[in-house]
Amino acid sequence: MEIAIVKYNAGNIRSVIGALTRLGVTPILTDNEEELRRADKVIFPGVGEASTTMEYLKAHGLDRIIKDLRQPVLGICLGQQLMCSRSEEGNAECLGIFDVPVLKFQPARHEDKVPHMGWNTIETTRDGLFKGFSKPEYVYFVHSFYVPECQWTAAKTDYIVPFSASLHKDNFYATQFHPEKSGPTGERILKNFLDI
Amino acid sequence: MLAKRIIPCLDIRNGRTVKGTNFVNLRDAGDPVELGRLYSDQGADELVFLDITASFEGRKTFTELVERIAANISIPFTVGGGIHELKDVERLLSAGADKVSVNSAAIKNPDLINQIALNFGSQVCVAAIDAKQMPEGWRCFLNGGRVPTDRMLFEWAHEAEDRGAGEILFTSMDHDGVKQGFANEALRKLSDELTIPVIASGGAGAKEHFRDTFIEGHADAALAASVFHFGEIPIPELKQYLCGLNIPIRL
Repeated sequence: MEIAIVKYNAGNIRSVIGALTRLGVTPILTDNEEELRRADKVIFPGVGEASTTMEYLKAHGLDRIIKDLRQPVLGICLGQQLMCSRSEEGNAECLGIFDVPVLKFQPARHEDKVPHMGWNTIETTRDGLFKGFSKPEYVYFVHSFYVPECQWTAAKTDYIVPFSASLHKDNFYATQFHPEKSGPTGERILKNFLDI
Repeated sequence: MLAKRIIPCLDIRNGRTVKGTNFVNLRDAGDPVELGRLYSDQGADELVFLDITASFEGRKTFTELVERIAANISIPFTVGGGIHELKDVERLLSAGADKVSVNSAAIKNPDLINQIALNFGSQVCVAAIDAKQMPEGWRCFLNGGRVPTDRMLFEWAHEAEDRGAGEILFTSMDHDGVKQGFANEALRKLSDELTIPVIASGGAGAKEHFRDTFIEGHADAALAASVFHFGEIPIPELKQYLCGLNIPIRL
């Protein structure tokens, strides 16, 4: 199975590569259109800022390539946010795969710190990435912006507001949390993605 | 619910863990990757690796170690020690670290925090502060607590937050190594005044100390070294205990 990771100016690709390697697959890191289209599965990781990342993707034609992919695609963290319609972070126009905006957390109480950083539970999970999940499980989050609940919500987390910890529509899957940093639970999620 | 984090800290010299451990079931307790993986399996929520090597060769060894940690461990980890400039941060992040902690270098050159936040995001920048209670209040110290500075804890923590730090790691030098509990009064003030997470460090000696720092100190995470390394507090037992007190904990 060939797994391609979208190569762009994102941080910490190495953890994603490490997690996949531990699951027995050796991903390729590429921004080449042909290689991305040909791969069995594509991972769109992301640590960074929305508007500058979107500019980079557009400048390299990656926005169009990602939108047009037909195989299973997994967006992680900023990857999930960039798959939405637009983001309040830098007022970015995003890829529009999920027609839902990305909003900034507005803490109502002092103890609600932003960024939402650490282990939190995902609930009401749908099959697909969460096949075999029967109870709330802890996964690792680091983010200041969130996708509200919507018709594509595939897992929900409650922090300040209930939000989409994961999205799914057709061949597009996404997680706000980092499965590659979420211990055995994250490994199950990545394994489920590889098995789709 | 967001869980309180338990964070073992490993001191590294020339790519090996420094403090001894009494893990009999480890093939090589001096190997930070093996020890880190053991902690991860036991339920540690994050790991901190502090490089205490002074030499240039040591830095290279540490960077290679960070690559091995990223390849082998599936929970977040922070690296610290010897970070003087943005180039050091870039080197460690591209080796696979999730966060870097800056201490003395940030006090000497506070703009380093802005640069890290701007280039890599606040979430990677942990501002580590060593402080000691003096007659005039909590004073920040450099170089592992040997050199006093003109900075005071609360003022500096606020500035670090304003400059873009994503977390504060506060070590009370009065409590560190004494095993009588964390500096909960100062921690509570920090946690209540700041809008970024606060990690308690220095003073863990019993399970109850973790309870106290989460409940009384309002800490978001607690860091310890020797109580974990010497098996005095097994992490699974600690987490079960805290969970039993209805403290949000990842089991």
